[in-house]
Amino acid sequence: MTTFEAILFTVVMASTPLLIAAIGELVAERAGVLNLGVEGMMAMGAVSAFVGAFLFQSTWIGIGFGMLAGGLMAALFAVAVLGFAANQVGAGLALTILGLGLSGVIGAPFVGERLPTTPRLEIPYLSDLPILGSALFSQDIFVYLSLLLVAGVAWFLMGTRAGLRLRSVGENHGSAHSLGLPVLKVRFMAVVFGGLCAGLAGAYLSLVYTRFWAPNMTAGRGWIAVALVVFAAWRPGWALVGAYIFGTATVLQLHAQAAQFGLPSQFLSAVPYLATIIALVILSARRGSSGVGAPGSLGQPFVPDR
Amino acid sequence: MKRRDFVAAGTIAVMMAFGAAPAQAADPVKVGFVFVGPVGDFGWTYQHNQGRLAIEETFGDRVETTFIESVSGADAERVIEQLARTGHDLIFTTSFGYMEPTIRVAERFPDVKFEHATGFRRADNVATYNARFHEGRYILGQIAAEMSETGVIGYIGAFPIPEVTAGMNAYVLGAQSVNPDIELRVVYVNAWFDPARETDAARALMDQGADVIAQHVDSPAAMQTAADRGVYGFGQASDMIDFAPDTLLTSIVNNWTDYYLTRVQAVLDGTWEPSDTWGGLAADMIRMAPYTNMPADVAERAAATEEAIRSGELNPFTCPIFAQDGSEVPCEGDGVLSDEQVLGMNFFVRGIADRLPN
Repeated sequence: MTTFEAILFTVVMASTPLLIAAIGELVAERAGVLNLGVEGMMAMGAVSAFVGAFLFQSTWIGIGFGMLAGGLMAALFAVAVLGFAANQVGAGLALTILGLGLSGVIGAPFVGERLPTTPRLEIPYLSDLPILGSALFSQDIFVYLSLLLVAGVAWFLMGTRAGLRLRSVGENHGSAHSLGLPVLKVRFMAVVFGGLCAGLAGAYLSLVYTRFWAPNMTAGRGWIAVALVVFAAWRPGWALVGAYIFGTATVLQLHAQAAQFGLPSQFLSAVPYLATIIALVILSARRGSSGVGAPGSLGQPFVPDR
Repeated sequence: MKRRDFVAAGTIAVMMAFGAAPAQAADPVKVGFVFVGPVGDFGWTYQHNQGRLAIEETFGDRVETTFIESVSGADAERVIEQLARTGHDLIFTTSFGYMEPTIRVAERFPDVKFEHATGFRRADNVATYNARFHEGRYILGQIAAEMSETGVIGYIGAFPIPEVTAGMNAYVLGAQSVNPDIELRVVYVNAWFDPARETDAARALMDQGADVIAQHVDSPAAMQTAADRGVYGFGQASDMIDFAPDTLLTSIVNNWTDYYLTRVQAVLDGTWEPSDTWGGLAADMIRMAPYTNMPADVAERAAATEEAIRSGELNPFTCPIFAQDGSEVPCEGDGVLSDEQVLGMNFFVRGIADRLPN
C-alpha cells in the first residue's frame, strides 16, 4: 500500500461514522424534528455495541445492540417531543447529556476490555483496482453499509411516495395533517431511524475504530453530524460530500503535521471545520434560488387537535 | 453528574452515621480525593486511585477515604468545598485545572490541608506535587532509536504546552544519544482524550514511515493501532501492555502511592508542611514498566540509563542544550537546565523540525 492509498483508506474510515450519523439526522430533520441528541445516542450506541460484542463475541450482535440502544434513546426523545410536544432543542440537549452520562455508567465494568479485530470484507476483483481499490473495496462492513444508506435514503426521499409524505410532513405539518397524513407517526418513525443510524455510528467507533470502550469516546462527533446536515442543505448527496470533506481534512491535517510543514497545530486542527463550511457554502451558493432551505416545520411541535 | 451526586450523598450519609455513633478512641483522619476522570480509565486517574487504595490498606481504621470522580473544572470548587465542609482533614485535588478552585477553598478552610497535583500555587495549607515524567521519556527515546529501522520515530502530543514540550525534548535527546540523525515526526491531536483521533494520528505517523510511536495522550488507542501493524510503541501513565502485548516496549508508570502514604503519615504525626514535591525515578514517583519485546542488550542499556538517572549521574537536560535554531540555551541550573526552565519549557531542541506556535 502506498502512502497515498493509506491516506485514502484512513479518510474513508474517518468519514464513515460522521456520514452514518448525519444521514439519520437528515431523515429526522426532513420530517420536521430537530434532534440535538445525536451525540448522546452515539455514545449509547458505542457502549451498547461494545457490551454486546464483548459478551457474545460477535460483531453482528454488537451492531444490533448499538442500533437498538440508539433507537430506544430516539424513541424516548420522540415520546417527549411528539407525545408531549416538548421543546425539541431542550429535549435534544437533555438526550445528549443523558446519553453521555448513562453510557459511562453502563460501560464502567467494561473499561479496559478489548475486542478482536472486525474482519474486513474484501470485495473480489474490485479491491485489486489501482489507487481506489484498496481504499474503497477492502474496508469493513460499516463502510459499505454507509454508502448503501446514502443511496437508499436519497432514493426513498426523492423517488418514493412515502418519501414525499415524509418531506411534506416536514415542510408544513398543518397542510399534511389536513390532507390526512399521520404526522406524528411519520415523525416517530423518522426520529427512530435517526436513532438507529446514530447507534450504528457509535458502534463503528467502539467496534472498528478503537475496539475498546472509554467514556466520552464520541468526542463531539455527534455535533459534527448535526452541523453537516445543515451545511448539506438537508440533501443526502451533499451530506456524503460534506462528511468526506471533513474526514479528508481531518486526516490530511494530521499528515501535514507529521510532514512538518511548520504550520501551527491549532490552526491545522481547525482546518476540517473551515474546509467543510467553505465547501458547502460554495455548493449551496451555486444552487441559487431554486434550492431547498430548511424544512418549513423544522423544530416546531405539532399538536393535532389545535 | 448523577453518579457524583450519588457518591456525594453516600458520603454525607456515611458521615452522619459516624457522627451519630459514640466516638471511640481517636477520630480517624479523613482523606478526600477529587479525580478528573473515572477511576477505571486505566491511565491518569486509575494510578491516583491506586494510591488511595494503598492508604486504606496501610492505615486501616485510622483513616477514612472518600473519592469523587469525573469532576470537571467548572464543578471543582463546589466539590472541593463539600469535602472540606464534611470534615475531611486532607484533600488531594489531582488535576492541573483544579488549581484556582483549590486555592480559593483553602482560603475559606484554613484548618483543612490541601494537596494539588501538577500545579504551582501554594499557600499555608496547600502543598503541591508532581512527577518528573521527562526522566522516563529520555529512556523511551533511547529505546526508540535502538529499535527503529527506518530512523523515523513518531510522537503523539496532546497540546503544545510546556509539560508536553519538555517530554518531547527529553525523548529526542534520549534518541539522539543513540542515533544523532534520528528523525522525529510530531502530531498534536489537541485533546487529552479522543481515542478515535489518537488512532488517526498513529496511522498518519506510521503512513509517513515512523516505526516506533510514543504518546503523550491518555488513551491506549494509539498503542493498539500500532500493534495492529506490528509497530512498536510506549504506554503512558499506566502499564498498557494488555493493549499491545507483542509490540509495547515499556510504559512510564506514575506512582503516587508512596507520596500519598508519606503525606497521610505526616498528618497523623502532626508534621505536615505545605511543601512542593517534584520527584522522578529516584523518588519512585515514576517507574518503568518491564522492558519487553526488545533484544536483551537493548533492555540492559535501558535499565542502565534508568539506573544512571535514578542515581543522579545522568540528567536528561544536561548542558549544553541547543535549541532548534542552533542557539545554545542558557544553563541556569548546576550544569543542567534549572527546574524552572524545564517546567516552563517553550522551545524545541535541535533535531526537531516541527515548530512551536508563538
